[in-house]
Amino acid sequence: MGVYYLKTPISEEEVRKLRVNDTIYITGTIVTARDQAHRKALEYLREGKALPINLEGLAIFHCGPVVKKEGDKWVVVAAGPTTSTRMDLFEDEFIKNFKVRVIIGKGGMGKRTTEAMAKYGAVYAALTGGAAVLAAKAIKSVKGVEWLDLGVPEALWIFEAENFGPLTVAIDSHGNNLFMDVSKKVEENKIKIYKEIGLTE
Amino acid sequence: MGIVDVVEEVAFNLIRQAVIYLPEDVKASLKKAYEEETSEAAKTQLRAILDNIELAEKYRYPVCQDTGTILFYITAGAEFKDLDKIERALINATRRATEEVPLRPNSVDPFTQKNSGDNTGRFIPYINWEIAPGNTLEITVMPKGGGSENMCIAKAIPPGEGIKGVKKFVIETIVEAGAQPCPPTIVGVGMGGGVDIAIKLAKKALLRPLNTPNPDPNLSKLERELYEAANKLGIGPMGLGGRTTVLGVHIDYAFRHPASFPVAVAFNCWAARRASAKIYADGSVEYLTHRGVE
Repeated sequence: MGVYYLKTPISEEEVRKLRVNDTIYITGTIVTARDQAHRKALEYLREGKALPINLEGLAIFHCGPVVKKEGDKWVVVAAGPTTSTRMDLFEDEFIKNFKVRVIIGKGGMGKRTTEAMAKYGAVYAALTGGAAVLAAKAIKSVKGVEWLDLGVPEALWIFEAENFGPLTVAIDSHGNNLFMDVSKKVEENKIKIYKEIGLTE
Repeated sequence: MGIVDVVEEVAFNLIRQAVIYLPEDVKASLKKAYEEETSEAAKTQLRAILDNIELAEKYRYPVCQDTGTILFYITAGAEFKDLDKIERALINATRRATEEVPLRPNSVDPFTQKNSGDNTGRFIPYINWEIAPGNTLEITVMPKGGGSENMCIAKAIPPGEGIKGVKKFVIETIVEAGAQPCPPTIVGVGMGGGVDIAIKLAKKALLRPLNTPNPDPNLSKLERELYEAANKLGIGPMGLGGRTTVLGVHIDYAFRHPASFPVAVAFNCWAARRASAKIYADGSVEYLTHRGVE
């Protein structure tokens, strides 16, 4: 289990070195995207329109932040991760077409995303759910915001971060998925527990 | 200040207190969980949670970026003045809190997908009313996170399965929810009534402080059993494995129709936020959950 300090843009080669259970910290550009931003980005792709920011080598953060405007500057008040499975619908296309290298979120992602990560070279990094102030403190500035018409939580927030983490690599680019491993164990435990509390013979 | 202004001020303070400072019982349970965990991944998660709680208090920032849907539980004394104006006061308090705390705007029109921007909208903030004798007004606010809300579920089990069926449904639901409701969670269980009553009871049960035994010995025993079973599942903090999956299981029930046995499971994430206060007829206020917090 290694500890890695990554700087954006992150190359495919760098990301391929990472394995589940590694800890990473990211310095550089992190872009938030939730359901609606994912949907809109893929619409842009189908229509042949360019995204407002080139995402290649960057980290996507499943997060709807709490922000405050101070003068003409945005300040991040709280920025913890949101549940990633909702983005399973979109993420394989996202990784394939926009070449993002790290997806940051909570709760893990499914088979489809795991396969895309193996194929195109990306990792899923788990951030403690709800640890919003801890995360906000690692965000040094807001470089920009796009698609604010989607609402504050759904917009694309472009953050400049310094040592953003600790993040646990929970899906690597070699087909390993920590959440699926835990799930398997939980199913085994469940059978034992059912016996213990008299639900099965 | 008129009594309605007091209600608005108190509701604003409660929202602010709730989203920044976790209740003492929740903090104590998380600290205990940290001490008892043995796996490194689980300890890392709980450490981050505890550090985050401390930072939130220090900077007076919301403890989680999802400041939730604002739910109020009101116990209104029948003789409390201006009851018809309370709803307006609670809506105003929610708007003010959204701007001043600030809260994340979390209220979206299901048809247009437009966010109202101020945490209000049709039926939101939602107000649960109970009328009691007397002339006081008790307000509890529960800012309810969306991640844990997505895992709440109600279903009618075959009545023949009885309590065994309830146990199975609860464990099954916790397994199914896995990492998603931000464990360690508080699990509320409602049995009986109709499906709507079951989920209402389950959700309200989330408000009971942790480590306060259920006054009903049968429920208390069932709570203990489900608590211990859930923590043997190995889901762990944030679903990365470990022995702390739930901080508590709280159960309530209503009588049921002979042919129908509704069961509901509601989750609250580790950021189990709630704050309560009592307002007296003379306008004086007693804060019940956040004494000594400004």
